[in-house]
Amino acid sequence: MKRAFQIIAQGVVYCAFAVLVGYFSAGPAYRLLDDGEAQIKLSFAYGGKPVGGCRDRTAAELEALAPNMRKAQVCSRERVPLAIEFELDDKMIYKNVLPPSGLRGDGPSRMYEKFVIGAGEHKVGLRLRTTVRDEGWDYITRRIVRVDAGDNLAIDFDPVAGGFVISGAKGGG
Amino acid sequence: MKALQSVIRTPFMWVEGWLDWAFGPRWNPMYYLGGLGFFYFWIVAVSGLYVYVFFDTGLTEAYESVESLTHSQWYLGGVMRSLHRYASDALVVMMVLHIIREFAFDHYRGPRSFSWITGVPMTWLVIAAGVTGYWLVWDELGQYVAVRSSEWLDWLPIFGEPIARNFMHEGSLDDRFFTLLIFLHIAVPLILLLVMWIHLQRVSYAKWKPARGLALGTLAMLLVLSFVQPAVSHGPANLDRVPLLLDLDWYYLFAYPLVDEWGAGTVWMIAFVGTFALMLMPWLPPRRRRPAAVIDLDNCNGCTRCANDCPFSAITMVPRTDHQPFEQQAKVDPDLCVSCGICVGACPTAMPFRVSSDLVPGIDLPELTARQLRDKIHTLAEKLEGHSRVLIIGCKHGIQSRKLVGDNRVAIDLPCAGMLPPPYIDYVLSKDLADGVAVVGCRAGECQYRLGQEWSEDRFERRRDPNLRKRVPRERLARIWRAPVEWRRALADIEVFQQNLTRLAEQSETAGVKLTKRKEPQS
Repeated sequence: MKRAFQIIAQGVVYCAFAVLVGYFSAGPAYRLLDDGEAQIKLSFAYGGKPVGGCRDRTAAELEALAPNMRKAQVCSRERVPLAIEFELDDKMIYKNVLPPSGLRGDGPSRMYEKFVIGAGEHKVGLRLRTTVRDEGWDYITRRIVRVDAGDNLAIDFDPVAGGFVISGAKGGG
Repeated sequence: MKALQSVIRTPFMWVEGWLDWAFGPRWNPMYYLGGLGFFYFWIVAVSGLYVYVFFDTGLTEAYESVESLTHSQWYLGGVMRSLHRYASDALVVMMVLHIIREFAFDHYRGPRSFSWITGVPMTWLVIAAGVTGYWLVWDELGQYVAVRSSEWLDWLPIFGEPIARNFMHEGSLDDRFFTLLIFLHIAVPLILLLVMWIHLQRVSYAKWKPARGLALGTLAMLLVLSFVQPAVSHGPANLDRVPLLLDLDWYYLFAYPLVDEWGAGTVWMIAFVGTFALMLMPWLPPRRRRPAAVIDLDNCNGCTRCANDCPFSAITMVPRTDHQPFEQQAKVDPDLCVSCGICVGACPTAMPFRVSSDLVPGIDLPELTARQLRDKIHTLAEKLEGHSRVLIIGCKHGIQSRKLVGDNRVAIDLPCAGMLPPPYIDYVLSKDLADGVAVVGCRAGECQYRLGQEWSEDRFERRRDPNLRKRVPRERLARIWRAPVEWRRALADIEVFQQNLTRLAEQSETAGVKLTKRKEPQS
């Protein structure tokens, strides 16, 4: 009789362990976005223009260099920090100055940000300054986009494609 | 720290006591937490190999191949996938319980710190192996894990371009991603296996696999779970969408919602500080080490018993350095010695009957020498009188002996019950120092020094040298293996033992009278 109870007890232990493993293996469910919400990802990696310009080396400077190093011009390596502004529905939601990467400041500026927005139509405005100046912008994008709940709107920057590239939008003007 | 350990240890002891009843000490799962973890690792490895055969490394092929395996081959491929998932989850449960239990029972200091410290990176490797597995399925959950992992990693200033940019939108990812992941998902468990091997290097007779019955039982449990609730995928990944609701595997992905909630930096800080604190725990706070066992070469005959019985490989046999006619001698590594005295219990020269020379065994514990033990027994025995005199040999890590002493009962505590050389029992009874000896130690799987209880039982049962001589009346020896929380039951056991001793005395008195009566006519 005792043996029977022991076997039942073992079964209970195995069942309890199976329930523990099985339950937390796929639950409780985790909600990433609420109903009616979508997401914007704004990210790019881009190197601004050099901070300083180039100048010609003097004859004395060229003479001081090894023959294989005698490049006529010397240019600044440091790149300009990129200024970015992101407006959504005429409201500024992100504004930053992104320093160049690298020990000498000669690498690209990088950013990666996420924003949760409501589904529907939105007015997107993006401005980026990539050259040495205090005012004005080198790239400006204004678009109206429509996103459904759960959409991921990705905004990247590609100067070859003309500036900001928006993908994942359902349409808009 | 001790108070915290005690609070955690108590429920463990109650549960283990109950499981001792249900499974028996040989199958008690709590005594095989590490071994079960190892066993689950092998189930994961075998089922993973099967799943890998059918897995395609491609952006759409990955998901399709897993779906095909799950549904069109549900009876084998689906079960293998489920086993792969559930055994991985069970491995995490075992790992966490193992860590908590080793902490609660203070099994992580001194020489054991090696196993503790090598165990800490294993937690990272187990989680990393599981997480890379979820990426591979490339369903919505895999997408979430991939994106969030890369965002989490990007917080560290070690990557150039953010890794998360690879998951910006559909089309930003290519098939090579899966080749890299497959490599990681195989390489990480292989590194884990290597670390598991290192983890056991300073443990003798490591229980790296569970008892067969327990292994079969738990495998059957996982199989049933795999049929009842098969592991399935979410919808296919789509980087132009954000999965709204996910059925997370909380065993592996518990940190991800925290990253969402608190940010990557905070979770990294918790992870690093937690890992660092775990690494430091063997020294928090520092504890004075007890003197290690010492060898007396004049009495060491190089029999190897102490080296064989040491639970922590602290004793090795080396070539003889004196002129004794033996090939080897024992050598103690003080850094590995935990001063449990199990080696003294194994030494055949720890012979209390010795009168021709001083009682100095081949290996001895400075804290309580074999001679001091004999002297203490004599001193304590003087306090006993009557027919139920009991000498209790207790364990410092077990039931407090002050709870057991009393009516014609005296006690002496050893660092471990396994320190008692069996000839001492013979000595006590044959010299009539007590009517019975009660050895009271920890339960089989709870011995502070792992093997004290097991070796003692083996010596008493004459399965292991030095064994208890046949002439020792077994009815005068009580072996009581109970947890400190069971001290009342241990006391009851001893009281029953005393009643039996009284009965034995009465029987021998009666037998003596009968014998005398039978002899009377002849005289």
